[in-house]
Amino acid sequence: MILSVDDVEFSYQSKSVLKNVKFKVNKGEVVSILGVNGAGKSTLLKCVNRMLKPKKGAILIDNFNLNTLNSEEIARKMAYVSQSVNGNYINVFDAVLLGRKPHIKWEVSKKDLEITGNVLRLMNLEEHALRYTKELSGGELQKVVIARALVQEPQILLLDEPTNNLDLKNQMAVMKIIRDISKSQNISSIVVMHDLNLTLRFSDKFIMLKDGMIYSKGNSDVINSKNILAVYDVNAYVDNYNGIPIVVLA
Amino acid sequence: MTKNITEKYAELNRKKILIGLALLASLFLFSLYSLSIGGYKLALSQIYMALIGQGEASANLIIWNIRLPRIIAAIIAGISLAVSGAVMQCTLRNPLASPYTIGISHGAMFGAAFAIILFGIGGAESTGEIFINSPYLVTIFAFLGSFMAALVILLLAKLRKFTPEAMILAGIAMGSLFSAGTMVIQYFANDLQLASMVYWTFGDLGRPLWAEVGIMAIVMFISLIYFIYKRWDYNALESGEESAKSLGVNTEKTRLVSMLIASLLVSVNVAFLGIIGFVGLICPHLIRILIGGDYRFLIPISALFGAILLLVSDTIARTIISPIVLPVGILTSFMGAPLFLYLLIKMYK
Repeated sequence: MILSVDDVEFSYQSKSVLKNVKFKVNKGEVVSILGVNGAGKSTLLKCVNRMLKPKKGAILIDNFNLNTLNSEEIARKMAYVSQSVNGNYINVFDAVLLGRKPHIKWEVSKKDLEITGNVLRLMNLEEHALRYTKELSGGELQKVVIARALVQEPQILLLDEPTNNLDLKNQMAVMKIIRDISKSQNISSIVVMHDLNLTLRFSDKFIMLKDGMIYSKGNSDVINSKNILAVYDVNAYVDNYNGIPIVVLA
Repeated sequence: MTKNITEKYAELNRKKILIGLALLASLFLFSLYSLSIGGYKLALSQIYMALIGQGEASANLIIWNIRLPRIIAAIIAGISLAVSGAVMQCTLRNPLASPYTIGISHGAMFGAAFAIILFGIGGAESTGEIFINSPYLVTIFAFLGSFMAALVILLLAKLRKFTPEAMILAGIAMGSLFSAGTMVIQYFANDLQLASMVYWTFGDLGRPLWAEVGIMAIVMFISLIYFIYKRWDYNALESGEESAKSLGVNTEKTRLVSMLIASLLVSVNVAFLGIIGFVGLICPHLIRILIGGDYRFLIPISALFGAILLLVSDTIARTIISPIVLPVGILTSFMGAPLFLYLLIKMYK
């Protein structure tokens, strides 16, 4: 087990956002967090990363209590891919190299450059390496941000709607990268998702949030008509296509 | 293949270093040129002898008492304004951020006007030349005014957890408040006081003596060390608030301390020199367009470019219609604005 979230509560001022949230993540697992807008998915991700401090509860990463780690130590264990990514006048190589920041003392080392080069190749970004990120398409930019998270050499990857704004091909590509990396490098991924079919295809475990509480969690069985109706207020049934469950809206 | 791309990257960085070195060499050569020209032209040999303290008395006097402090003031002010502009644009996440957008210059103007009318220290010679007979008091009040503007914004940001956007808006509000205050003072001032106030606002690099140049240099060095130390944090901030936090950057603290230091740096410069516009706004943008927004290079190269821009502007300002010396702020805008517009047009082609 790499992450344990125990009885976490969080509120913005007086508005309670997360209540009694409890789950565990094993090494190399891809876990999806599902729910309607405002259910507390992004807040949960930010609590795990200590960008937000929970009011109550304990989060253990790699058996360390999150509260005992400083922000650089957390950044060496966990990488976060934010929902909003924007390009600027920083080239792709530098943008990815930035992920080494928690490891860099004063200046970049040979190892930092090597890791960056390797991840750029892994992500098929080599040809763009010297372009400014503002010149990239949405899909390319998303890949750059994931690449930055990877050079952090984290044990846990947190991704907030990584397929947001991407076309179908890039959605598949990005999710495949996340899954492949989780499996090949034993990195756990926690992904906030909206597309149930995409989720079913690439995730091992599912956490369905409703009003800040876990409504259901487990393997793909939890994605069923009853739960979809309860969580999303939408009628749907779950079918099977070549062994892959698919959600069809009624 | 991996080797290839890291090599290409290293090559690109070497190019940036070369640009920096070229700018440094240009700055040095232009400083020499600037030392030589003026009402009294000096040959290189005379400059050399004067610099090592063995020149003729008149050359020594011109070099050591007039031109050298002025040139060094130009270099320090250019570096300070450009670098603080770069840092403010990053920490306030706004391309329009500059020492002037957050009300610092308006605060300085108010402070100076206040001192001039309160102590009655402005006046005119019988020749009609305007003077300020207690420049230290004006400087101190200008500093207090400018730093007060910055502190109000920073305190609001700290206590009320202002976003960078709100900080810019607060800066504009403070600027407007100080402008109104200045106008009230000007309305009730007599002609001579009014003339002194206007005269003070024209940035002038001839004002500081060695002691003041020394103070400016110390503040500049300390600020530069901090900014360079924080270069990775600025790169992280450029990629967004959440990304920066997840990379281990304490964004609120970095933002506040950086703004405090940048404001202090600008306040010291404005207090000693008056208002020199545009350098802080355009230098970082120009360099960002030329070499990109990596703060490891953006800070030193903007600094060098700012120094050159201000030194060239000042050299033109004091020689173009010699013996009349134009306020350098006019020249920086006249030279910087068209260059800036040209680059913007090129960018959006």
